[in-house]
Amino acid sequence: MIDHTITITHEVGLHARPAATFVKKAAEFESAITIENVTRGSDSMNAKSVVSVFKAAVAQGHDVKIVTDGSDEREAMDALVGLIESNFGE
Amino acid sequence: MITGVPASAGVAVGPLHIHVIGDTLYEERSNLDAAEELRRLDDAVVAVDTRLTELEESTRTRAGDDAAEIFGVHKLFLADPSFSDPIRSLIEQGRTAESAVFEGSEALASEFEDIGDDYFSQRAVDIRDIGGQLIRTLAGVGGSDLGTLSTPVVIAADDLTPSDTATIPDGMVLAFVTAVGSATSHTAILARAMGVPAVVGIGDLGFEEGTTVIVDGAAGSVIPDPNEDQIAEAILRGENAKAIADEALASAAEPAVTLDGHGVEVVANIGTAADARRAVEFGAEGVGLLRTEFLFLDQPALPDELEQMAEYAEIFSHFPNQPVVVRTLDVGGDKHLPSIDLEEELNPFLGKRGIRLTFAEDSLFRDQVRAILRAGAGRAVQIMFPMVGSVDEVRRARARVDELTAELDSEWTPRATDIEIGVMIEVPSAAVMADVLVDHVDFFSIGTNDLTQYTLAVDRTNPAVAHMADALHPAVLRLIRAVVEPAHVAGKWVGVCGELAGDPVAAPILVGLGVDELSMSAPSIPLVKQAIRAISRSAVRDLAMRALDLDGPAEVRELLSTR
Repeated sequence: MIDHTITITHEVGLHARPAATFVKKAAEFESAITIENVTRGSDSMNAKSVVSVFKAAVAQGHDVKIVTDGSDEREAMDALVGLIESNFGE
Repeated sequence: MITGVPASAGVAVGPLHIHVIGDTLYEERSNLDAAEELRRLDDAVVAVDTRLTELEESTRTRAGDDAAEIFGVHKLFLADPSFSDPIRSLIEQGRTAESAVFEGSEALASEFEDIGDDYFSQRAVDIRDIGGQLIRTLAGVGGSDLGTLSTPVVIAADDLTPSDTATIPDGMVLAFVTAVGSATSHTAILARAMGVPAVVGIGDLGFEEGTTVIVDGAAGSVIPDPNEDQIAEAILRGENAKAIADEALASAAEPAVTLDGHGVEVVANIGTAADARRAVEFGAEGVGLLRTEFLFLDQPALPDELEQMAEYAEIFSHFPNQPVVVRTLDVGGDKHLPSIDLEEELNPFLGKRGIRLTFAEDSLFRDQVRAILRAGAGRAVQIMFPMVGSVDEVRRARARVDELTAELDSEWTPRATDIEIGVMIEVPSAAVMADVLVDHVDFFSIGTNDLTQYTLAVDRTNPAVAHMADALHPAVLRLIRAVVEPAHVAGKWVGVCGELAGDPVAAPILVGLGVDELSMSAPSIPLVKQAIRAISRSAVRDLAMRALDLDGPAEVRELLSTR
């Protein structure tokens, strides 16, 4: 199991297209993946569920903690962190 | 007259159709067979998913990717166990599929609403929209009344769901009026994308079906039962706005020349070969800013020289005889790359970004410059460096390009022979020193977004202060003048490639300051060209001089609006 905390810089936060992109990417992996809004102190949420990710209410500038756990945890983490760092490809 | 929130500009006159939120009534009955109900639910989910794909496609064609995106999110909701699991367990407890969907989606929607934020209220609308579609599919009742409209109407409703709005046949909606909603609601977004006027949040509707109304989307007003004069005036205003847009598009391919015969180059900001193709359609006379980051973003490994060369060559092919200004890699600040490890910085906008990063990563710079020069074999190329703040940086970058040119020649590799070198003016020190920098470059392009943020010390990504980042601030305009004057004395050209360049309102000021080239996102090109055709160079020169002496951006905007 690995975890990584990162700041969301996208102007809409983890909503709309960024949230959809994030959830679709998470769903590509076998590992269990959770996301937690550290700034707001949310519960840890299932990163493969768009409803859960919305509920984490991540706005621009919030820190999120991503936890991946499973056979492809390293690849999953790299892909999700890469997505956030590239500002969701925008 | 009733006023609401202006959500999409334009004027329309027509009969009102009151749309009642889709019928979600269903027959109560006992659930005798949970397995059978679950199977019905599964079938309904498949049917609604197919329908959403159709709506996504038709909306994409009518209103573009951004408007279509919402249906992609709806599909994710539909497939999400957090949405469907509670519904399934209600069915297992003996409920019918219809009542389980109703209760399950209502519970989730309320949960979103309770967060008490506009954004989440919109998601509650989404959830109810999906629930309603599932129930109508299960109950076998038809879709929304809007799908069968056969005469053009002004559609009024408490609020419109995305699927309602997307179902309306082409040409059957004159305008939208809603009781609730904000400028960021789906109705507003879709209306803008479709070019249909909309006024939202007018409160109580209180209209009769069939009432004639005038909707002015820019003013946010709705006039019920107007008299003939009002109708005639509204039709005229509506036609004027439409005529201007139509005329601009029809003459998009023509050059932009002022009334007194001064030509301004209107070019595009692009990131990909697909953008280049689109830019040509909107009448771009070249590319004023090719952002090369797209090649590097989202890539686990950096593209090599040959991969880059192929991309650049394809982009160049769309503009065989016109300039394409290639900006070298501009990362750092708010732009990160998965393939390069950037140090964490306390102040990334003032940190190692643009040319500063390039100097530290020479192999990146070498691959990129060689790729540009090789792709440009047989034509002229324009290379531009980002984030330049000093003469020394230009000298160094230029010297490296010269070395790489010599390297290509020593390998007998074909390359561009006509090479123009420019810098992006976005750091105030570069603007102030433009009279010195000019001896080392062939052109300048002013990046007004960053120049404004650095000059005014306003972080444009910080919502608390972002509204202060107005590029029409006289301080920014004075810096633009400080760049243009020495450049013209030296016989070099100056472009503007920030958002300011794509704003038809700002065109008189920029042309007045002597800017030679305006670079913008492609859809802005027709209207900016049209704005240039309506001004005379001598008049806007005086206007620009007056703007420089004003107190602040509000006064400059006032001056422009009373012109």
